[in-house]
Amino acid sequence: MENLDQIVARAQAEFLAAADAAQLEQAKARYLGKSGCISELFKALGKLSAEDKKSAGAPINQAKQTVEAALEARREALKAAQLEAQLAAEALDVTLPGRGNPQGGLHPVTRTLERIEALFRSIGFDVADGPEIETDWHNFTALNTPEKHPARSMHDTFYIENAPEVLLRTHTSPVQIRYMQAHVERHRGAAVMPPIRIIAPGRVYRVDSDATHSPMFHQVEGLWVGEGVSFADLKGVVADFLRSFFETDELSVRFRPSFFPFTEPSAEIDVGFISGALKGRWLEIAGCGMVHPNVLRHGGVDPERYTGFAFGFGPDRLAMLRYGVNDLRLFFEGDLRFLSQFR
Amino acid sequence: MKFNEHWLRTLVDIGLDTAQLGELLTMAGLEVEQCDAVAPPFSKVVVAHVLSVDRHPDADKLRLCMVDTGGAVPLPIVCGAPNVAPGMKVPCALVGAELPGGLSIKTARVRGVESSGMLCSARELGLSDDHAGLLALPDDAPVGTDIRDHLDLDDHVLLLKLTPNRADCLSVAGIAREVAALTGAALRLPAIAEPPAANERTREIVLDAPAACPRFCGRIIAGVRADAPIPGWMRQRIERAGLRCINAVVDITNYVMLELGQPMHAYDDTKLSGAMHARYARGGESLTLLNGETLMLDGEALVIADDARVLGLAGIMGGEGSGVQDATTDIFLEAAFFAPDVIAGKARGLGFSSDASHRFERGVDFGNTRNAMARATELLLAICGGSAGPVVDAISAADMPQRAPVRLRSARAAHVLGIDVGSAEIARIFSALGFNFELAQDDFIVTAPSFRFDIQIEEDLIEEIVRVHGYDKVPAPPPRGPLTMLPLGEARRTPWQVRRRLAACDYQEVVNFSFVEAGWEHDFCGNDAPIVLANPIASQMGVMRSSLIGGLVANLATNLKRQIERVRVFEVGRCFAHDAQAAAGHHAVEGFAQPLRIAALAAGPASPEQWGAATRNVDFYDLKADLEGLLAPRAARFEAATHPALHPGRCAAVMVGSKRVGVAGELHPRWTQKYELDASPVLFEVDLDAALEVGLPDYVEPSRFPAVVRDIALVVAGNLPVQTLLDGLRKAAPGIVRGLEVFDVYQGKGIEPDRKSLAIRVVMQDTQRTLADDEVEAARSRLIRFAEQEYSARLRT
Repeated sequence: MENLDQIVARAQAEFLAAADAAQLEQAKARYLGKSGCISELFKALGKLSAEDKKSAGAPINQAKQTVEAALEARREALKAAQLEAQLAAEALDVTLPGRGNPQGGLHPVTRTLERIEALFRSIGFDVADGPEIETDWHNFTALNTPEKHPARSMHDTFYIENAPEVLLRTHTSPVQIRYMQAHVERHRGAAVMPPIRIIAPGRVYRVDSDATHSPMFHQVEGLWVGEGVSFADLKGVVADFLRSFFETDELSVRFRPSFFPFTEPSAEIDVGFISGALKGRWLEIAGCGMVHPNVLRHGGVDPERYTGFAFGFGPDRLAMLRYGVNDLRLFFEGDLRFLSQFR
Repeated sequence: MKFNEHWLRTLVDIGLDTAQLGELLTMAGLEVEQCDAVAPPFSKVVVAHVLSVDRHPDADKLRLCMVDTGGAVPLPIVCGAPNVAPGMKVPCALVGAELPGGLSIKTARVRGVESSGMLCSARELGLSDDHAGLLALPDDAPVGTDIRDHLDLDDHVLLLKLTPNRADCLSVAGIAREVAALTGAALRLPAIAEPPAANERTREIVLDAPAACPRFCGRIIAGVRADAPIPGWMRQRIERAGLRCINAVVDITNYVMLELGQPMHAYDDTKLSGAMHARYARGGESLTLLNGETLMLDGEALVIADDARVLGLAGIMGGEGSGVQDATTDIFLEAAFFAPDVIAGKARGLGFSSDASHRFERGVDFGNTRNAMARATELLLAICGGSAGPVVDAISAADMPQRAPVRLRSARAAHVLGIDVGSAEIARIFSALGFNFELAQDDFIVTAPSFRFDIQIEEDLIEEIVRVHGYDKVPAPPPRGPLTMLPLGEARRTPWQVRRRLAACDYQEVVNFSFVEAGWEHDFCGNDAPIVLANPIASQMGVMRSSLIGGLVANLATNLKRQIERVRVFEVGRCFAHDAQAAAGHHAVEGFAQPLRIAALAAGPASPEQWGAATRNVDFYDLKADLEGLLAPRAARFEAATHPALHPGRCAAVMVGSKRVGVAGELHPRWTQKYELDASPVLFEVDLDAALEVGLPDYVEPSRFPAVVRDIALVVAGNLPVQTLLDGLRKAAPGIVRGLEVFDVYQGKGIEPDRKSLAIRVVMQDTQRTLADDEVEAARSRLIRFAEQEYSARLRT
């Protein structure tokens, strides 16, 4: 007759051989079922004395536990195998593209303007705005450029038909006048006028069109007027801005004497990159200067008490330098193959 | 202002090389726009004398020349140039010469004949494009001299981009004066002596308009040879300045203008009658200019005239018929001062610029008139011969420009500049610039010289101080100012946030021109009275846009042509319209409305073609959802409307509150066809303000009691707007109804063809208690009954 060890070994082997849950249950029945061979062994114990039962039963119990453990292990193994098969069947091709809509983007120049605004806001410059159809007075006369002034030939101006005193603004500088007047009005009666610190981004227009000139382009005007604002402050703000904008200290900033009717002293600002593709060239990037006393007067500000500086950057040019765009016209052609790359 | 470097160096002695000179000028505000070498590098080319020319034994087109290059023996050189001739002087590249383009000259055998050098054309030396023959040199050219020395080829031509305030640098002497001031170098202007009168001939000069022309010097020089050759150095300087040589007299007046900045004019004296006048033109007078243009003159035109006729536009251009020709023998020479504001803008108004007008409108040194006259006379007598009459110097002293003293406060200069350069430095700078000044304690009382027209106020002096001191010496510290926070309105978005919202909905921003073709205004806006530009750059950019739509439609067409079929674009920008109501203000110009708008257009597939999703074209409701998202949390209402750009049955007015803020719809099929679009795009345009104003969040406490949802299906007339039904139901609903939304629309089987079934979800909830069944049922019945009575609805079961 088979001994217990043999039964246990056979049960373990049969469990292992069971290919699925059904076969396993059948095998279980043969050992642990009502008439399974281990159950039969227990039944046989009934005929023994209590003393003998104890001594003969212990090994059978031991054997039963071993078989049950083998059964449980096999059940777990089969369950795990089944889950694995299911997961394998459910596998996706994760390399297929995602579904849904992509995102659009901002225009490279407005994106540049957004950064310029953020940088200047971070040192307390507010953002001002003004009309694009402008009066001759605001665009020129108030900016110390009377009619016939030779500087007028620096700006080829679009005029509005049947409205001789009305034009498309040639620069954002008229916002200086508009903002100063409103500011002075707002703070009339104050012991000290709070400083004016603004930038004024926007579209401007000149009769000019080629690879480096567009009849419509952008400017960012800057104006800081207050007590004790100096030319040194202008240099400090502009240098800080340019290094922040280009995110590099590998940048030289040069102020060069120039002339604008509405500033005195006036300067052109050149940047020179110490590294990168534009290394070694001076690039003209803005005009600036101390606000001319006549301009302050037109704005209602006492030039003896308050001084200020103004600057005008070309954000189109800044965007071109920043992104390496070579043709200004690309900005205004609406070609999605170009624009959609600025995201 | 264009001039050659060597000329400048004869007038001022500086120890700077060309690059340093350029840097000096640029950093002093005289921007060097261009600096070109007169000739490319080459070596060992000398002046040679062609002694003999014989036929080459083996080649018809070649000549065998014997050439004296200044060496011990003449050299045999083979030459193919057609103009080679015995006796001529030409440049010769010697053996060992390196020519432009990398050509090295070696002893060679040309068709069996030895050749020890090369005779050169202008092109072979990189001097011009002329390759018709050898560069013929003057007969007196010294044989054996290096051609670079002989033709002064180690020179540069500088082009200065002068700002309008620096008229004093529109001459080589002026630039030299500036360089001397900047460097402290010695200035060596030519010594000019007034030649004594050798005859008594004069012509009377009348200052009819003394305010416009307060000074007019003239003299007659008789017996000149206008066709005399001018010296090579003078020709070189004139040509390197970019001017053409005409005849000796004209060339000399041009030379004096380049040298001293005084524009001059020479008349053929035999063609003048009576006195010379500087006067305003009279009605009906006309003038044919030297450029051939005939002008009808008005009373604004300052002219030079004799007793018989108008001779020229004063300070701008001479006229035909009185100028100097090669055969002219007697000339009348003019050197005058014209008031800048009389000349300003005149030439530009006529559509040209002249060297004279450019100078006079910016200001010509009124202290230099006689000097220039003397210089021109001296040169004329030396080059053209003749005898000079006495100078008639008409002057109206009261009308001459005055140089009012300008006070400079040293402390003010330091205050404006943010750096104190010190009184000693200021005094040094003013002296170097030729400014007269007196000291009054710490103040300088400055009188500008007659050549400076740009020193009017204290700030002008401050600029001069910092300009000469050096802009680069001003520090650039971080600025100081009060630290006050900027306003950050929460109830209002920024335009950037609005842009980013549309970009997140897959729209790409564009920037289109504000001027458009008039046809777009008609088609897309029904606007036949747009704002017209007086001087558009092109006819298709002739009017100001009153809507952003045209630009977006054009963007679609452009991209379709580039095979991009899915186009989603938006723009934020100003639109422009005549508006009689618009008053002048801090942000407004009288008579013009200039609102900022935002518009978007979508065309092609709603989503990019992708696996697992059916492709369909974008439609009105896609766009509407994007617009609702843009305006959210404010709820926009859409009302059927018409718009010139849009399909009449697919067009909505967009309302926020009771205000119409824009339109949305599908492009009218007429325009789809006209603008050659494949399918009608959908688009919206709204006031930017509507997208900016969001208000603060308005909070309602959520109910703690359960909500009850009931769906009802109502069959209504097919043309009943859903909004109308919902508005009615919402009004009629009892307070417990919290939400009423359409979630399905059905037309088709089981529904009459002219009706539609709307599935409406009704959400009911109370904030104080759980709703009872009968309450819910009563509310539902009330809604159904209301719909039946008001809208002939039928409950679909």
